[in-house]
Amino acid sequence: MSLLIAGISTLSLARWQFAVTTVFHYLFVPLTIGLGLLVAVLQTASYRTGDAAYERMTRFFGNLFLVNFAIGVVTGIVQEFQFGMDWSKYSVFVGNIFGAPLAIEGLLAFFMESTFLGIWIFGRGRVSKRVHLASIWMASLGTILSAAFIVAANSWMQHPVGYVIDPKTHQAVMNNFWAVMTNSTFIAAYGHVLFSAFLTGGVFLLAVSAWHLRKGHDLEAFSKAAKVAIVVTVVTAIATMFLGDNQAKMEEVQQPMKMAAAEALYNTESGASFSIFTLGNLQDNPILQVRIPHILSVLATNTWNGKVQGINQLQKQAVHQYGAGSYVPMIWVLYWSFRIMVGLGILLFLLGGIGLWLVRKRRLERSPRYLRFATWMVLAPFLANSFGWIFTEVGRQPWVVNGLLTTSKAVTAISPGYVAASLIGFTAVYSLLAVIEIGLMVRLAKVAPAVEVPAEAERDLELVY
Amino acid sequence: MLAIISSPSGLEQLWFSLIALLWVGYFFLEGFDFGVGILMPFVSADDLDRRVVINTIGPVWDGNEVWLLTAGGATFAAFPLWYATVFSGFYLALFVVLVALIFRGMAFEMRHRSSSERATRWWDRAIFWGSALPALLWGVAFADFVHGVPVGANATIGGTFFDLVKPYALLGGLATLSLFTLHGATYLGLKSEGDVRIRAHGVAQRIAPITFVIVTGFLAWTYQSARTMHHVGLVPPLLPVVALIALAGVGWLVRERLEGWAFIATALTIVAFFTTLFLNLYPNVLVSSISPHYDLTMVASASQPYTLEVMSWVALIFTPFVLLYQSWTYWIFKKRVARPGAASEALRDTTNV
Repeated sequence: MSLLIAGISTLSLARWQFAVTTVFHYLFVPLTIGLGLLVAVLQTASYRTGDAAYERMTRFFGNLFLVNFAIGVVTGIVQEFQFGMDWSKYSVFVGNIFGAPLAIEGLLAFFMESTFLGIWIFGRGRVSKRVHLASIWMASLGTILSAAFIVAANSWMQHPVGYVIDPKTHQAVMNNFWAVMTNSTFIAAYGHVLFSAFLTGGVFLLAVSAWHLRKGHDLEAFSKAAKVAIVVTVVTAIATMFLGDNQAKMEEVQQPMKMAAAEALYNTESGASFSIFTLGNLQDNPILQVRIPHILSVLATNTWNGKVQGINQLQKQAVHQYGAGSYVPMIWVLYWSFRIMVGLGILLFLLGGIGLWLVRKRRLERSPRYLRFATWMVLAPFLANSFGWIFTEVGRQPWVVNGLLTTSKAVTAISPGYVAASLIGFTAVYSLLAVIEIGLMVRLAKVAPAVEVPAEAERDLELVY
Repeated sequence: MLAIISSPSGLEQLWFSLIALLWVGYFFLEGFDFGVGILMPFVSADDLDRRVVINTIGPVWDGNEVWLLTAGGATFAAFPLWYATVFSGFYLALFVVLVALIFRGMAFEMRHRSSSERATRWWDRAIFWGSALPALLWGVAFADFVHGVPVGANATIGGTFFDLVKPYALLGGLATLSLFTLHGATYLGLKSEGDVRIRAHGVAQRIAPITFVIVTGFLAWTYQSARTMHHVGLVPPLLPVVALIALAGVGWLVRERLEGWAFIATALTIVAFFTTLFLNLYPNVLVSSISPHYDLTMVASASQPYTLEVMSWVALIFTPFVLLYQSWTYWIFKKRVARPGAASEALRDTTNV
């Protein structure tokens, strides 16, 4: 069946749709997870110490958290439904396995976060302080759990386990749920995803606090928030890098082609060098390339002269195993997305490290250049998160389920007109939402919190929305 | 698709029932959310009224919408072919529903933070259309499941968009639209205070008769075709009758200010209405308008027993907790929502629930 519109296939439109939906959704999710936890921490500090500064910070960042949460929720519905809409053949092939974590995510996580967040938003003054505090922790736990199930589902696509292929229907059928939920790929990816989300929350908290410190707003509260944020940023940046390195070593075994493409390593090498940066062609005769000897082998295998497999050898092996075809993902996308992600991660570690040094020297509030830098760094975690997923998902190509089903065989047999219409529609909707969302976030983030809670705000307790 | 002549296993029946339950629960809960969103422009005199209206569902709407996500996930897990066929086949309708739900959900969180009067008005429109369109389209879709869409040999839906909007399906859409609106009106009568409450009563009394006519027409048509068409769904005459009796009483209950009972009546109508449709569908999950051979059956679209077993254990363990804490939210927010400063007025009021 030829499914083309103006020379564009349903497949490529559906892939763009998936990319747009997923990247857009995932701009907000890590902040929900990270900031949710930090708001819970701030509220706990307020509850424990009775310090009004923590209370102000809880309300201030709680507000930003809610605006961000809303857009994460509504784009999440598309995320779940698009599998059936655009990838119906995939859905049938994997439904026995992939559907279960999605359903469990709804039952265990989404109900928890939405219900307890409702109590948190509307319950102030109606439930006891203790219950109010518990509700933000439950909501935060819900967001952390939801990431577990969706990452478990994604990890199964990267490294399928606990299944057999049914000889009659040719579908993947689950035979070990425990294996799916303890997939080594999942354990590794979940840690990396979770800590990068906490890092996102930490950097956001730092960036907004830094802006207010620079403007001299509520120095007492924002320097407390900034200190929490700096500690979180340092700790989670280290954890994210460590877990990412661990994940990469696992991918070197489970998805060697992805890692070879990430390094643009065409031929298998022992003691392979690591390329930091390339100008020009990645394959032959780059104009300029900065390489550190042996480091790739160390990163990939933990040994000085370890053997790292190259693209050409892996391609030959794949043809032998799966038949003719190209099994090489888009190398330039992987090479650069990997470097942007890692580079931003290192930059965020430096952000936290310098901040820690300034805090120890008691100079944080009087370092306008650092504070300005910290505010701009708010963009870094969002870019790093996006490029991380672009790397993971593009690196799995041409497979949708690694080694079992190719992306081209997973797409719905539907006229490209439908997909084009919805792609244009969703892109327009997302663009509009992004403008509204970012505008509102910036506006809310810039309003200095009132030190005295006005009577008007107390009256507002009756009508929250 | 081979016509597999075998009856569904116990596990398949269980999951068909659970998915039916999730959808019924979704429509019972989000039904009044939609109704409240649709009625907002009609029961409010000013912005404060509109805020009262939104605040009646404020703490609960998001939790209600999770029923949809869980129904979608459960269908994916338990009946992958059903999920794949329906979601790809109702592509444009689903796209419209998703966009509507996106703007509606955003509106609740953004409206009260908007910087200008004009922005607020746009969010109001988002709440109205974001509620009305899904309320209409879910009815169209469920009517289509029962009456059949052009499901072909390879379990994909052919034809065009217009194959999905036939008279029966449109009547189904009008039935859910009016039913959810009425359900929203009885909810507002129960949950709001002052003028909004009085206006909600007025609306409920005005739309109850027309809702009754539409729903009666739709259920009669459903019952009639279930007996004459090729498919062999269960046709329980009791349920549609229960739905209609409950619905017939709504106007009277509202007039007598039996607000709690009026809400129970619209809730019961919705439950009986959708249960009728699901029983009618059984043992199919999607009827083919081309040939009964192409009907999508439970057996053909179900996951393997192992997946269903795992899911059953998870559901058995965790569902009670979910039901418990979700009911608890309704308990916490059981108070009526009033205009700020109207508390003294509320105290004088005596209500029969």
